[in-house]
Amino acid sequence: MIRKIIYLLSFFFIIQNHLFSYSSNPRDFVNELVNEAIEKLSDKSLTDEKKTNFIEEIALENVDINALGLYTLGELRKSASQEDISNYQKSFEKYFLKSLTSRLNDYSSGKFQVIGEDKKSSNYTIVNSKITPGDGSPEIKVDWRIYTKNPDKPLIRDLIVEGLSLARTQKEEFASILNSNDNEIKKLILKLEEFINK
Amino acid sequence: MKKTLLISKLILIMALASTTSRAAEECFERTSRAIFKMNMALDEAIIEPIAKGYNKLPKPIKTGTSNFTSNISTLLSIPNNVLQGNFKQLGHSIGSFAINTSIGIFGFLNPAEKIGLKPHKEDVGQTLGTYGFGPGCYFVLPVLGPTTLRDSLGMIADTFVDPFAHITIREKELLGSSGNTLDYYSVKGVGVVDFRAENDKNIENLEKNSIDFYSSLKSIYLQDRENKISNSSGDQDEWGNLDN
Repeated sequence: MIRKIIYLLSFFFIIQNHLFSYSSNPRDFVNELVNEAIEKLSDKSLTDEKKTNFIEEIALENVDINALGLYTLGELRKSASQEDISNYQKSFEKYFLKSLTSRLNDYSSGKFQVIGEDKKSSNYTIVNSKITPGDGSPEIKVDWRIYTKNPDKPLIRDLIVEGLSLARTQKEEFASILNSNDNEIKKLILKLEEFINK
Repeated sequence: MKKTLLISKLILIMALASTTSRAAEECFERTSRAIFKMNMALDEAIIEPIAKGYNKLPKPIKTGTSNFTSNISTLLSIPNNVLQGNFKQLGHSIGSFAINTSIGIFGFLNPAEKIGLKPHKEDVGQTLGTYGFGPGCYFVLPVLGPTTLRDSLGMIADTFVDPFAHITIREKELLGSSGNTLDYYSVKGVGVVDFRAENDKNIENLEKNSIDFYSSLKSIYLQDRENKISNSSGDQDEWGNLDN
């Protein structure tokens, strides 16, 4: 179970769009992006620092970090002040990037294959894929929630690995922190900052 | 009479549990967090070192051990598939157990998978879930870890419907097989070590990258149970109202 969520988390960092723009078709977008990422991360001539930079660039370019931040904030996003939301978003982005890059060393190559897609609405398409780990472990099913409101620029909003959603896990983790801190968004920001600075 | 009363109480508790469709609520969070802390200390002192040692064993031994414990746990799926009326999965469970126990040398090999038999793991908690019982509140048990009201009751019921528990804990004979309580807990213990060993690096990583590790594990546990009950990978469309 935990293995699944780690795959989910670690695969967020194999998303990159360094020099090339990817197809606007969600299925091709995921396929091109991940295969290029695997190639880069497997490149032994690149230093960890360069790989970290790649990850940050591609995350900023292809993951809808702003929406992910709002989603993980839950209902509080409707009642918090604009200033608080803005401060939270800044911290969330740093937190998200640090969380991604800290997993760099955990990457292990595997065969990636897009196996299908399911258009949920004009705004969302779920791209189904599978990863066959190189060490002979069982296949991992990974679904990508792609936001397609702008059909020319698809964005990743969530990864669902074997049914475990990264966004939902994050949202519930934050909800717990907020619950035990009188729903104070400032306390959550403080926790994020602690994580960023540790 | 006592049994009837007990069953009535269980039904009442489950009925109450069903009124809370999501297990976001905690039964007693402070206690659960304290137990979680204790479990983590126990893990660090005992289970983790054993798991690290286990990970140094040759791969065929680890795979065989994993297959063996998994094959035995298939036995619990058989009555639960009957209770759920899932006869296709019942076929997978019976077929897989029969083939792996015989051709697969007591379950150390998994030839059933090669012919397409992939039984889902089913337990009483999942069966109750398919009947419409909600999870009830969430809590953490000493040693056993995360659970919900429904799943903890299911866990007790498992020992009554599981054929392996029948021949070990209750020391009854079934198809010429018998065992004792030590056999039951030995197999379960090995299963725990196998799981812990397989996830060693992942647990470490998740802990390192969580702001609140307790809540992360809670979320993962609840999502996993939901998926197991629906026999699908969850895709809750909770993003619908976030079209900024």
